[in-house]
Amino acid sequence: MPTWFRSLLGFIIGALAGTIVFIAVRAIGGLPLLSADLRPLYAMAVFSGLVGLMLGIDKELGLPRGLVGMAAGFVVGILTTVGIRSLLGLTPWDSERVWVVGAFVAPIGFLLGVGALSDWLRWIVGIHTPDQHGPPPGKPGWFRYFGFDQNHKVIGIQYTVTGILLMGVAGTLAMVFRTELLAPGLQFLKPDTFNTFISMHGIIMIASILLGVGGMANYLVPLMIGASDMAFPRLNGFAFWITVPSAILIVMAIFFGGWDTGWTGYAPLSVRTVMGVNLFLIGIFFFGFSSILGSANLIVTALKMRAPGMTLFRLPIFVWAMLATSLIQLTATQFIGLSFLMVVLERNLGMEFFNAALGGDPLLFQHLFWFYSHPAVYIFILPGLGIVSELLPVFSRKPLFGYKWIALSSMAIALLGFMVWAHHMFTAGMPNALRLPFMYTTMLVAVPTGVKFFSWLGTVWRGKLFFPTPMLFVLASIAVFLIGGLTGPPLATVPTDLHLHDSYFVVGHFHATMFGGFVFPFFAALYYWFPKITGRMYNERLGRIHFALQTTGFYIMSLTMARTGLLGMRRRIADYDPALNIQNLHVIMTVAGFAIFIGVLIGVYNLVVSARRGEVAVMNPWGSRSPEWQIPSPVPEHNYEEPFEVVGNPYDYGLPGTAYVRMNGHEKVAAPGTAALPAR
Amino acid sequence: MRHAINVTIIIIVCVFALLFIANNVQWMPVQGSAEAALIDRLFNLHIDTIIVLYVLVNGILLYSVFVFRRKKDDPSEGVYFHGNTTLEVLWTIIPLITVLYFAFLGANVLQKTLEAADDELQVVVTARQWTWSFEYPEWGIASTELNLPVDRRAHFVLYSEDVTHSFWVPEFRLKQDTVPGQEHHLRVTPTRVGTYKVRCAELCGTSHAYMEAAVNVMTPEDFEVWRQKRLGIYVPTEGEAGVEPQDPVALGQQVATSAGCTACHSVDGSALVGPTWKGLFGKTETFADGTTGVVDEAYLHESIVNPSAKIVSGFQDVMPKNYGDILTETEINGLIEYIKSLQ
Repeated sequence: MPTWFRSLLGFIIGALAGTIVFIAVRAIGGLPLLSADLRPLYAMAVFSGLVGLMLGIDKELGLPRGLVGMAAGFVVGILTTVGIRSLLGLTPWDSERVWVVGAFVAPIGFLLGVGALSDWLRWIVGIHTPDQHGPPPGKPGWFRYFGFDQNHKVIGIQYTVTGILLMGVAGTLAMVFRTELLAPGLQFLKPDTFNTFISMHGIIMIASILLGVGGMANYLVPLMIGASDMAFPRLNGFAFWITVPSAILIVMAIFFGGWDTGWTGYAPLSVRTVMGVNLFLIGIFFFGFSSILGSANLIVTALKMRAPGMTLFRLPIFVWAMLATSLIQLTATQFIGLSFLMVVLERNLGMEFFNAALGGDPLLFQHLFWFYSHPAVYIFILPGLGIVSELLPVFSRKPLFGYKWIALSSMAIALLGFMVWAHHMFTAGMPNALRLPFMYTTMLVAVPTGVKFFSWLGTVWRGKLFFPTPMLFVLASIAVFLIGGLTGPPLATVPTDLHLHDSYFVVGHFHATMFGGFVFPFFAALYYWFPKITGRMYNERLGRIHFALQTTGFYIMSLTMARTGLLGMRRRIADYDPALNIQNLHVIMTVAGFAIFIGVLIGVYNLVVSARRGEVAVMNPWGSRSPEWQIPSPVPEHNYEEPFEVVGNPYDYGLPGTAYVRMNGHEKVAAPGTAALPAR
Repeated sequence: MRHAINVTIIIIVCVFALLFIANNVQWMPVQGSAEAALIDRLFNLHIDTIIVLYVLVNGILLYSVFVFRRKKDDPSEGVYFHGNTTLEVLWTIIPLITVLYFAFLGANVLQKTLEAADDELQVVVTARQWTWSFEYPEWGIASTELNLPVDRRAHFVLYSEDVTHSFWVPEFRLKQDTVPGQEHHLRVTPTRVGTYKVRCAELCGTSHAYMEAAVNVMTPEDFEVWRQKRLGIYVPTEGEAGVEPQDPVALGQQVATSAGCTACHSVDGSALVGPTWKGLFGKTETFADGTTGVVDEAYLHESIVNPSAKIVSGFQDVMPKNYGDILTETEINGLIEYIKSLQ
């Protein structure tokens, strides 16, 4: 059978199977076999059809097997619950509870299906399995990207691509509700749909950022420190694949009424709202495993697997940033998992943690939530700031100014990040005895952040700057993160925060930190390492168009957001009072938002097309001293043929005759970029 | 050195230009309270600091981008230097002192906003999905609008009946969450006669966007008149033509907004949390228990003061139960007339 025929057949069988499962579940629930709204059925049929299509292409592909496992997990969970409930003499079908148990079992089914647990299960019964290198025998090269693989570069790309896909989903949602806000009154969204969309936009973007961080960390850290892989390759694959069912659970919530709590899921609203909220809470609970396991892996890798001579203060600065990030991820993620789990338990088992009427405490949720979610912001930005520090010397042809200060400022931010969480609660009704100390600690964060800014300025000062797309994104990161940073202190000062809190000022501030601290550096990293990953160059012209649209669009949007907030625009509202006179500002924000959206689309198009058709890249197009640029592109399966030795400082650009690494007996002295780059 | 002088001159010029512009921008809504004046002064100090730092960083960055760029085919590297401990210490210490000073100022202003006064007016604020109500325990009156006398310190005691909401009047610049099961306090001295809105600032579910109520800051005389009318003890002064009768439909329309009805009941036919009011009067409704009934004045009155009595099929029993207490009979009748007018 030709592949096209098998995939078509697979699609049809899959769609039919999906339809049957859908009807069967409704039958178990004692509901009419078809719902009035047929959209969930269509979605299920198309989705399972695609699974069938993928299986038709190759029945050993991990991703569709995982999805089938996930569906099986749901069925097992639902049937078990129905069974237990009938044994207990309860009504067998309770929509919320059966789906909640299903959602807890489904990710396990996915992991079994995709093969993330296979080796470990074999080990338990005493079967030895060797490390896996390269695509499975007899399979094409692309095969490994759609299934469980142990290579850090494959996993890095899996993280990155999944992150970009989720960014697309969340960005599209933003465009929908930004369009709704063009005028006062409700245009085409109902309030509940609006609330669901903003909630999904927030949490899916956060998932996307965590995936982007995981992508950069996995691909770059082993390469930068001269390791052949991460310390625990199977754990690494597991940490990626658990994010996929988690993300699916979150998106699935939309078929269960969505949820209207925002990404923060504050109790008691999250306890009282529709059942879709469960899937969001459980999805994030499982997503947390990825952060915890991935960071444990990274810390061990960075501390134990460095090349000879790579002392801590000769570590690439990005690795420092990732170490700081991982310390937060390893120790804080548990708290968001805990707080979300507590809401699920309160909803489904009547454990009234947050119900004041029964002795619970609504503020407890906020404390637990922010104890992770504030440090989480530093998880999002520290890697990005690391990218800025990493790239700036290369494009300035000068040493990184104040290397040790920058490295330690990341650690200082990570540490301080744990002491500031309650600044999100200045208006929540905390005692003043807590408001004041949290104001002081929050203010302190400005100090190490300032050190980074000033050190970057020291780095570009009297350099020989050149401006290919990655450098443009680095400069934009600094300019945009500056807005985010400077709008911070008015929020940290309690009295001004009493006005600004929960207003669009916060929305502007937060988006500026996220774009400056993650989105711009992420794209800088994508363009910068693109030739290393694919062996081809991206299109410089499209890169510049992407840069221009995203930078101007974002600059205008975030400043306008802040302005609107001062005037009284609240965050997360489906409609605004025309009397506030802010419609023009909303039009500006929407247009600017679309500029960003189109810019990102052009960027993604550039990367996708150039990966196949771009010019073949030279080995070291940027003239970098870093070891990964001294080996062929794309990087060979085992990274370095022979281990290299670190013989100098990473960023001593402009000090003649020095090198960072000695490889195969040669010191790798970097010259300024020789690729076909414009001088300006 | 030449570069340092150049960039310093550019930065100083730009800082003064931007400070001049910033000082002529109306950043905030009108100042409606004594606290607003204090908070705005602190905010303006923040803005000035932001401008200095913004120009400093961007000035050096842009200067470098334009002046220190590599010429075409220039193979040389930048000037080699990799740090300066004195500078690093300076730009650690100076920001440290600055932010601590801001925190100190912040603590002082916070202290002032918390001070109690002897003659303060206590108002009990209750938030629920998605309406506000205000009670004045001193006189036992309740209202859906927040009426305050100017220049008298008001003391809000804040409660929530369901989820977390947040009390925010942008013109007052202060915000306080209302938390179920907890009592919170907020004090404000309104200083400007005018009409504002309290806007719920904490996402509280479906109709969060519409959870607003009118705030009327009045002269003490007007407030006294309102208080007496509310208590039913108002005696018109000589020459005053008594209480001018208001068009009931107009009154109803006003109450519909101020009491938060329109957060859940649309007037254009679209279904929100509750049934729409368009074409409601005279319609035959089916109730949750299967019975039916024609919408007349008696039904509307009952549905306002005792909303649980009859629930229209397809809707939930979520409407607040206290409208009978916080609306006057005139206001309820106005509402009914307004609903009748929506055909």
